[in-house]
Amino acid sequence: MIKVEFLGPIAKEAIEMEAATLADVSTKLKEDSTLSEWLDKCAVALNDTMVNDLGTALKDGDRVSILPPVCGG
Amino acid sequence: MELYDGPLNVKEIFGRWLDEQAASNYGAYIPFVGTIRAEDDIEALSFDIYEPVLQKWFDEWQEKAKAVGAVVKMAHAIGDVPVHTSSYVSAVFSPKRRVALELIDAFVEDFKANAPIWKYDVKNGERIYAADRSTPMDGSGLLA
Repeated sequence: MIKVEFLGPIAKEAIEMEAATLADVSTKLKEDSTLSEWLDKCAVALNDTMVNDLGTALKDGDRVSILPPVCGG
Repeated sequence: MELYDGPLNVKEIFGRWLDEQAASNYGAYIPFVGTIRAEDDIEALSFDIYEPVLQKWFDEWQEKAKAVGAVVKMAHAIGDVPVHTSSYVSAVFSPKRRVALELIDAFVEDFKANAPIWKYDVKNGERIYAADRSTPMDGSGLLA
């Protein structure tokens, strides 16, 4: 089981799911219509490190963070 | 890296950084101050920060600065920051000016693009995500 958390303005509680890779996370999140406006512009962190590969393997207890567009300063 | 609830005490921060480096033999100190402008009838801007990723982003910049003999600093506000006060300050110290001038440019621009901070307008006490001024981080769209 892994945990997916949604940061900043995405008003959504964290969810838990079974996923072997980030591609599995993508498949499951795309089923959620409340995320359809977000996924194409969000970056992804795995255990607080930014990731860029859908094939990234996941293990039990991993935490995936979804980071929407930013504007600091 | 320093994070504060509410507006920054700019003079205290810059003065302290200057004192800390007083004997470091840096020839250049370039501070940058971000101040909330009064526009679109906002009362304040408000900020959410994801600190673990921000810390890693900043640590990488410290390494880049170190490689050219420089030091980068930053402070940012969390929560509401009223107009005409500061939400963000940063600075570069380096032995000579050219490195510092180039580094403050690259550091502040990458900050705008990739620091995990979310901005909201505050109007009539309500927080409204500044979607049209926000930038997708590097690597966005991976899960789409």
